[in-house]
Amino acid sequence: MTTTKPEGHTSRVVIRFAGDSGDGMQLVGDRFSAQSAAFGNDLATLPNFPAEIRAPQGTVPGVSSFQIHFADYDILTPGDRPDVLVAMNPAALMANLGDVEKGSTIVANSDEFTTRNLAKVGYDDNPLTDGSLESYVVHSVAMTTITRAALADTGLSKKDADRCRNLFALGLLSWMYSRPIESTEKFLRSKFASKPDIADANVLALHTGWNYGETTESIAAELAVGPATLPTGQYRQVNGNAALAYGLATAGYLSQRSVVLGAYPITPASDILHNLSLLKDLGVVTLQVEDEIAGVCTALGASYGGALGVTATSGPGMALKAEAIGLGVMTELPLVVVDVQRGGPSTGLPTKTEQADLLMAIHGRNGESPVPVLAPSSPADCFDIAIEAATIALRYRTPVIILSDGAVANGSEPWRVPSVADLPSIEVNLAAAPNALDGSGKHWPYVRDPETLARDWAIPGTAGLEHRIGGLEKSADTGEISYDPTNHDTMVRLRQAKVDGVLVPDLEVDDPSGQAEILILGWGSTFGPIGAGVRRARTQGVQVARAHLRHLNPLPRNLDAIVGAYSHVVVAEMNLGQLAKILRARTLSSIETLSKVTGQPFLAEEIEKYIIEFSASQEQA
Amino acid sequence: MTAYDLGIPTVSGLDGVPTTDQPSTPADFKSDQEVRWCPGCGDYVVLNTMQSFLPTLGLRRENIVFVSGIGCSSRFPYYMDTYGFHSIHGRATAIATGLAVERPDLSVWVITGDGDSLSIGGNHLIHLLRRNVNVKVLLFNNRIYGLTKGQYSPTSEVGKRTKSSPAGSVDHPFNPLALALGADATFVGRALDSDKAGLTEVLSAAARHRGSAFVEIYQNCPIFNDGAFDALKDKHASAGRLLRLGAGQPMTFGADERKYAVVGDGPGGLTIADASNVAPDDVVVHQPDHERAGYSYALARLDETFPEVTPVGIFRDVVRPTYDDEVRAQISGQAMSSERLQDVLLGKDSWLVG
Repeated sequence: MTTTKPEGHTSRVVIRFAGDSGDGMQLVGDRFSAQSAAFGNDLATLPNFPAEIRAPQGTVPGVSSFQIHFADYDILTPGDRPDVLVAMNPAALMANLGDVEKGSTIVANSDEFTTRNLAKVGYDDNPLTDGSLESYVVHSVAMTTITRAALADTGLSKKDADRCRNLFALGLLSWMYSRPIESTEKFLRSKFASKPDIADANVLALHTGWNYGETTESIAAELAVGPATLPTGQYRQVNGNAALAYGLATAGYLSQRSVVLGAYPITPASDILHNLSLLKDLGVVTLQVEDEIAGVCTALGASYGGALGVTATSGPGMALKAEAIGLGVMTELPLVVVDVQRGGPSTGLPTKTEQADLLMAIHGRNGESPVPVLAPSSPADCFDIAIEAATIALRYRTPVIILSDGAVANGSEPWRVPSVADLPSIEVNLAAAPNALDGSGKHWPYVRDPETLARDWAIPGTAGLEHRIGGLEKSADTGEISYDPTNHDTMVRLRQAKVDGVLVPDLEVDDPSGQAEILILGWGSTFGPIGAGVRRARTQGVQVARAHLRHLNPLPRNLDAIVGAYSHVVVAEMNLGQLAKILRARTLSSIETLSKVTGQPFLAEEIEKYIIEFSASQEQA
Repeated sequence: MTAYDLGIPTVSGLDGVPTTDQPSTPADFKSDQEVRWCPGCGDYVVLNTMQSFLPTLGLRRENIVFVSGIGCSSRFPYYMDTYGFHSIHGRATAIATGLAVERPDLSVWVITGDGDSLSIGGNHLIHLLRRNVNVKVLLFNNRIYGLTKGQYSPTSEVGKRTKSSPAGSVDHPFNPLALALGADATFVGRALDSDKAGLTEVLSAAARHRGSAFVEIYQNCPIFNDGAFDALKDKHASAGRLLRLGAGQPMTFGADERKYAVVGDGPGGLTIADASNVAPDDVVVHQPDHERAGYSYALARLDETFPEVTPVGIFRDVVRPTYDDEVRAQISGQAMSSERLQDVLLGKDSWLVG
């Protein structure tokens, strides 16, 4: 296939594919990302879809979109505003136009802008023809008609042919940005291996879109985005849920423990269950059980037997698992609990993102029930955070909570795949011999390692170490049931000290000038937008420092010194100020909150604006 | 006798659990903990029976695990010198499921009560049974909440006056065996706490059953529901009530002056008739492995036609693939190799930079 080489280049482009939730926008976005990744761009993606599987066709609530940001340098976010909006119908245009800056490009499927479809979303006139979009570059393409005509000889019904429109759009956009489409062809042939006629039709639609771009003079090829300079290594594209699953499986290998996931399907965490279910040949066990409580309990039961027990859920499931996590705290068994946060409370916004489960993760159990809490800062970071969580769980014998969120879970980026052989093994050190301090030859389950305070963990099947554990308070020495007041005081403090003593790396501050007075703190998926916003503010000469927390409990030991070093500390988080509340209590400093609870990630421009305005207010003062 | 044959080789519930040549005694299974149930509690008898019975299995002690929830009976694991996990209310069955999947080399027992397994833990119980996890569930049914001091339970009779039902309970009670059979349990039995021989027989069959075994044990609570099962324990009074089930045995019971027989009653139904009016060939012969679950269900519901009757023994014992065996069969037996893991991490679409 010949490629018309566009002249010149640009460093980054944001494209948003938008259509009906049945239009296959997620697939198209995913393929465009894969093509860009293979081309060598750095990229970040943001899928956005309704909670309903098939919301009413042609309506704004039924619009599904996928945004991809690709660049020739290391980018941090999926992009704020699309340079190109692909609108497959009037609803998609209406739902997304507000995010598109004037002068940007709109590619619309004009066939779908019928009187009926326009009326459905409340357009009186056709925006493609009434002049209302004159400040945009609009390409009206009769995608349905052209696709149907191209597929006329395939024998496919109109309905089936129309389902290939998304591939036409992908072909056209691939031509506009010189994305190689071979990998998508390969993908389609493999996806529809059992239906070769459907595979042929999809490939044909893809080519038709590409050829339409090449032969129609109405659309200009856009500026090229060259490959990014990334550190050397073998890369793949990965989303957060997949990276988390791979990290958990890898932790099983590194610790020589079987990984047992107990889970109940819940958006947006189900893909962790799906991804781990594909790893049975690596010995990963997945149990789809009757409810969220059974999910955590089967995992804890497996951990009791010596496995690395894992459960994955979202906010509503976390609420149900609280008691069993407390049992894990009390019995001091390893357990990894993944909470892929979504908009709450209650059912809330299942497919949207939020970070409002932080206080629940840290405090949401009865009694003094400390658990380590970690949060991945990007899709690829989910791999590392999973290994780190498993390491802490096994080393300290404790439940560990990973706070992912919808943006990280569904977003994707290139990931430099580590060499398994280079990863350090995770030492578990199971108890093998009686440890009773009175020389009785018994196993005392709560005898602790003086350094980590981890208890001696003996698993069933170990001869001579038979013992009983459970949710009742136990004697700090013998491990027998104890209602002794002093003993309870001791055990409460020991459990707290153990978690407080978990080793976490110091927090690194990014403050190039060393002159900044404002520090922007973030955690979890806000890493990208904060980084990009700070970067933009700096290009305007504003001095600003930033730091990002991956460890939320315990917090890094140097945190107090860092917070104390800046006159203004702002936490940007997708809640009403939960981390800020924790930091105020800890540091007794005045800490401000920049919060966003729309169900959407921060935009870099929102962070940038905050910093610029703050800087201006300081100069006035 | 019609066997319920799925063409599966008969395997024992204990296959894979290491045995020992060293004979053990009941004392070997007694932990050093002081037993703290109320004097006269039926739990003592069950504990003693269990400690006497376990040595007959010849298993290594460290490969036996008792998991419990919350309630009086759930203290049971502390008194057994095996591995034990006293968990949270209603969840022992779910915890045992994870353990059984992870460890085929363990004999896993769940100790639970009528509140623990039928109220708060009802969901996990029915799912364990339908999955047929290789776990033995012993339900100590005293028809009352003991640990919380005397509220009515899901097996308390309608009209029961307790602290929380001073005007009488309006709750319709569960029939635990009918519930278990409704959940497709593959082994269902019932025994009396005081009947050491009968209980041992049911426990022994349950241990060897590969899959879920559900055993209801009528257990007296001397403090809050004393005498609930006295009629079954008194030799005279029990004669017209207790129906002892034996595989291949005609089902009859009663004293000399009045004998009863179990007979067919319409399609799939069972009822009780005066034995003197029944021809010997019309007495139903008990088949724990009957191809129809409806047969076992009818047996569990005999009290609908004859309220006094209480069958004890093994109601149902059939073969069906077990969840834990099937889960393990889907994963390869090999240890994870770094090469295969690396392949998974790289996926199908990786590219080299630099």
